[in-house]
Amino acid sequence: MISLLHEILNTIRQNKMRTFLTGFAVAWGIFMLIVLLGSGNGLKNGFTSNFGDRLMNVVNIWGGRTNIPYAGFQSGRRIYIADRDVKFTADEFDRDINFVIGNVSLGSKNISNGAEYLTSSMTGVSPERIIVDGAKIAQGNGRFINDLDIREKRKVIVISERAKDILFKNQPAIGKLVNVAGIMYTVVGVYYIENRQDATSSYIPLSTAKIVYNRGINLSNFTFTLNENIYDKETNDEFMSGYRKRFAQVHQVSPDDENAMWYWNRFEDYLQMANASKYINIAVWIIGIFTLLSGIVGVSNIMLITVRERTREFGIRKSIGASPWSILKLVIVESVFITTIFGYIGLVCGVGITEFASQFFQPSSAGSDSFNAFLNPTVDINIAVQATLLLIIAGTVAGFFPALKAVKIKTIEALNNK
Amino acid sequence: MSAIIRLKNINKTYYNGAPLHVLKGIDMEINKGEFVSIMGASGSGKSTLLNILGILDNYDTGEYCLNDVLIKNLSETRAAYFRNKLIGFIFQSFNLISFKNAMENVALPLYYQKMGRKTRNKLALEYLDKLGLKEWAHHMPNELSGGQKQRVAIARALISKPQIILADEPTGALDSKTSAEVLEVLKKVNKTGMTMIIVTHESGVANQTNKIIRLKDGVIEKIEDNSEHKFSNFSVENIK
Ligand SMILES: Nc1ncnc2c1ncn2[C@@H]1O[C@H](COP(=O)(O)OP(=O)(O)OP(=O)(O)O)[C@@H](O)[C@H]1O
Ligand SMILES: [Mg+2]
Repeated sequence: MISLLHEILNTIRQNKMRTFLTGFAVAWGIFMLIVLLGSGNGLKNGFTSNFGDRLMNVVNIWGGRTNIPYAGFQSGRRIYIADRDVKFTADEFDRDINFVIGNVSLGSKNISNGAEYLTSSMTGVSPERIIVDGAKIAQGNGRFINDLDIREKRKVIVISERAKDILFKNQPAIGKLVNVAGIMYTVVGVYYIENRQDATSSYIPLSTAKIVYNRGINLSNFTFTLNENIYDKETNDEFMSGYRKRFAQVHQVSPDDENAMWYWNRFEDYLQMANASKYINIAVWIIGIFTLLSGIVGVSNIMLITVRERTREFGIRKSIGASPWSILKLVIVESVFITTIFGYIGLVCGVGITEFASQFFQPSSAGSDSFNAFLNPTVDINIAVQATLLLIIAGTVAGFFPALKAVKIKTIEALNNK
Repeated sequence: MSAIIRLKNINKTYYNGAPLHVLKGIDMEINKGEFVSIMGASGSGKSTLLNILGILDNYDTGEYCLNDVLIKNLSETRAAYFRNKLIGFIFQSFNLISFKNAMENVALPLYYQKMGRKTRNKLALEYLDKLGLKEWAHHMPNELSGGQKQRVAIARALISKPQIILADEPTGALDSKTSAEVLEVLKKVNKTGMTMIIVTHESGVANQTNKIIRLKDGVIEKIEDNSEHKFSNFSVENIK
């Protein structure tokens, strides 16, 4: 075996161009495949990161303005969301809904602690809001808004880690007071959201928000989460049209008025994303397979030419005592050797560049509602290794058949070749 | 005396296009240590015969015994084994491997005997030294003259200590001076007891051998004893 390797190294050293061409076909194929798979993954990861740990089955409802005159009302009437919306939704749609919560958006507020301040959008929320937003609270960082806060209308606030860093630096924030546009709130929790290190929104109890900011029974919007009865486009569409009808009844608007109720259904986004991911996957694999195929064809071609070029050499070898098998072995081991080494080079380069790119495409840093188009464009190393192995096997097969043919040529004919 | 080569009614037909009956019943015996030349007109079947002797090609009917082994319908692997062990072939066109230097070319038959690299390279250097090519051991074939290439090829044929050396027009591509040198080498090798068969066009070359086999249209026309080396140019009939 050592002897065979020496023989092959000798051949390779003396036939650099051929070696390089074969190697390049292999390395390039693997490299492109990995870059491609990595890009596909980057796109998919970008998509999914935009959902983060937030619930996928969230529906948000706002009131709009009517477009169609109805029941004696003129068109252009503004629809207000209030507590009764939360109530009828929870009561009548409990078959398809997990929970309903109201929200009061308070807009941007200046939050300060001494000389440190920041502007943060503030919302009055219920305890369930933490799940809806996919926020998390690290050990020792307090808690989210709870039922007691709601019941007692406490002036407590949950701020983001970034806000805490700005307001309190390295000092603990829990139990401290912050000044929100002249009103003091006690910090009870510091949250974070994965992939959104720069989120700054703050949460206060819904009941507190209503009182302190004079909202009465009105809500800005409300949120509910769908349960497992809603699992695809059909069930979702059916639910939404039913819901829209009931909403129209409650608010005395035309059932055909699309403008009276605005909603955002994260589940629909999720379905779209899942669809997009599926197509990206298919596209990536199709292109990937063609890339791999072109690599295989490249290797096969070069092996074919190589073997044809070497027919006379094989004749010479046979004339001095090389058995057919020994020649076959020579070709195959050489092919495996070259494809392995260059496949590995392609693998390392491909993985290197995807890792480099993934450093470059860090999670977005423009606040909690920004969009990651591209994230972590890396490849499952197993897939990369499998692709390399596939190319090595293909290279071997590609070398095997022409070699077999060359070996079968009668010695004297091989010698007279060319 | 024991015959190392025994041919009985060897026939060979090429079937590329119209069948061409090239060897039409060759009978001959060559003894160990003989120095034989085969002459004949172009197309008379000299190379075909030599290739059969060297197990590079097969024959259709008849019997060929080499070293008392019947060489017929051998598997390629077995043929390779015999070529490696028993036969040294020297070609008109040298047939060196272009990307191997002189030493590696000479050592190659030993690679197929599974000899280690160091040992076989050392042996190859010894043989190159014997042929006056020590300085050229690390040169590639394209850096060598025709005569040097042929001497490398001879060293390669000799290194596996074969039973017979077969040479198909070994001086055919060389000038007269180099031819003479190469022939001198072959004569010396024969002196060591090596059986040697040379196919040649040149009467001067044939005259150095001890026995001349004349081939005509695929049959042996006559076998001349030339141990006196009195072969004269007048009997040249191969130049047509
Ligand atoms: N592979 C082959 N296929 C078909 N015909 C062949 C083949 N090899 C040789 N021949 C033919 O067989 C005949 C004998 O060829 P061979 O090479 O034995 O002649 P030769 O005596 O060596 O001639 P030369 O002195 O020119 O080398 C020629 O007519 C040649 O054309
Ligand atoms: Mg010939």
